[in-house]
Amino acid sequence: MAEEIRLMKGNEAIGEAAVRAGCRAYFGYPITPQNELTAYMAKHMLAKGRIFIQAESEVAAINMVYGASSTGARAMTSSSSPGVSLKQEGISYLCGADLPAVIVNVARSGPGLGGISPSQGDYFQATRGGGHGDYYTIVLAPKGVQDAADLTYEAFSISEKWRVPVLVLADGLIGQMMEGVVLPEPIDPATLPRWQWAVGHSVEMGRPYNHVSSINLVPDELEAANRKRFARYGQIKKELLRYEEIEVEDADVVFVAYGTSARVSHGALEMARAKGMKVGLFRPVTLWPFPYARLLELAEKGKRFLCVEMSMGQMVEDVRLAVNGKAPVYFYGRCGGNIPSQEEVFAEVARLMGK
Amino acid sequence: MELVYGHPKSLKPIQTKYCPGCGHGVIHRIIAEVVDEMGLQTKAIITNPVGCSIWADLYFDFDSVQPAHGRTPAAATGVKRMLPDHLVICYQGDGDLAAIGTAEIIHAANRGEKFTTIFVNNAIYGMTGGQMAPTTLVGQHATTAPEGRDPIVAGMGYPIRVCELLSSLEGTRYLARGSVNNMVNIRKTKNYIRKAFEAQMRGEGFTMVEILSQCPTNWQMNPVESVEWLEKNMITFYPLGEIKNTLSTAPAPAQAH
Repeated sequence: MAEEIRLMKGNEAIGEAAVRAGCRAYFGYPITPQNELTAYMAKHMLAKGRIFIQAESEVAAINMVYGASSTGARAMTSSSSPGVSLKQEGISYLCGADLPAVIVNVARSGPGLGGISPSQGDYFQATRGGGHGDYYTIVLAPKGVQDAADLTYEAFSISEKWRVPVLVLADGLIGQMMEGVVLPEPIDPATLPRWQWAVGHSVEMGRPYNHVSSINLVPDELEAANRKRFARYGQIKKELLRYEEIEVEDADVVFVAYGTSARVSHGALEMARAKGMKVGLFRPVTLWPFPYARLLELAEKGKRFLCVEMSMGQMVEDVRLAVNGKAPVYFYGRCGGNIPSQEEVFAEVARLMGK
Repeated sequence: MELVYGHPKSLKPIQTKYCPGCGHGVIHRIIAEVVDEMGLQTKAIITNPVGCSIWADLYFDFDSVQPAHGRTPAAATGVKRMLPDHLVICYQGDGDLAAIGTAEIIHAANRGEKFTTIFVNNAIYGMTGGQMAPTTLVGQHATTAPEGRDPIVAGMGYPIRVCELLSSLEGTRYLARGSVNNMVNIRKTKNYIRKAFEAQMRGEGFTMVEILSQCPTNWQMNPVESVEWLEKNMITFYPLGEIKNTLSTAPAPAQAH
């Protein structure tokens, strides 16, 4: 039987993917441009007898996730940039307690209230922990509706495997636009494993009582716990790195872009190639861990880089760190909710190449 | 021989870090006794506050979850919704519940979340060293109210009666206020806790027991003086008893004739 292709909004596809991943609890708070996601979860989680709560705030929602995740259940929240800022306290606690969780950011422009149009201005917050203390979250950046569904679906198992929260960093365009999507196989939550680290069912699990907590007032013990977590981060960097390359091999200039910017850059790439210009695209799928080593390899092959972002320049700092002065790194960005057109990105690469 | 005294299984037989005369130890003890009497040790999960009783997980011998300051009712919501057959005890102090976590407690109560909140009201911040709490009495001294709580000139507001505040919410089914100042009140408080836990296990709505408790260290008194101060100042402002009881086992209201 042919796979069923459904036409869905990104926000709804993310919701359906989470339902199919066996998400047992969703906690959200209204914020544009991710409202369809919360409404989708209200309808479909409740219909399946799972937990949906419209929380009193993003702060409460992430702490409900903390509680649900403490029991070992697949739990999720979603929001948009200002709301994700509010969740950072809870994300820090999730990391400190080594709890899995899936957090979706359908990002909008800032700072402050900013606007409700798409933006990539949350890159620093997403990839540098975002809250207080020494930690990272895994960050997956979809480039469209299909990708948003696939990465959300997979985010749950990645998060459980590493006991690190996974942030799906989309933007308002991906959330709002409709595309065809083939949805992943549904998982029955009842078939998911129970975890030894969780609370509840201690007798059935044959374990001693658990204390889910991030506190430790003994400096040596807390340092040891942090070092252990960072050893795990080291493994994640080895095993989870993901990126996509398009026509990079013979390229002179390589776009580096993620999410919506990568889609736009792909269009600019096709315009350039049609004119015989050797342009490629490097798209990080994992923003943390970031594919530093591969970018350095490309730099050593003599490529130049044009980082395209919907921000004043955030990921470009990681690109510069990656190439370590071995290649020129240029930047083209739009912000405030503006999405660069492929024509303007093409014009920028043509200018750089002297065409 | 009849056993007249034993240490509750649900409480580890270790000395606590609490100050001499502090009420937390007695409150821990009566909670553990009720958990044991109900045979729920293996089904009990405590969500801790941030404050002195952040150490509750050292003393209770069952599962625990430690959320952020004030977010305990939100985390307890997540735990209880996932594990409805477990006994979830949401332990909070007055700073945790009535200041930073006000939104969380009001909305958990309003949703009728089926966990039990144990609200320890000692009218002061303990762990951080004696700052003014939302429940600090007018005129009571605190490091952040050096001349006493002044609601008008200094704009420090008034002490909040939390049970009464929550009682208008339809999701709340049982709100009682006890005290640990003497044996009679300790026994009554233990009875309130039992009623609340039983209601929780029957799946009724939100239940809370507020407990007036001494903090001799931050009140700058000895333990005996602190009991006297509680009786004279706190019980007069925070009336003891069942503030709201709409449990299915509650006595039917008298019929009008």
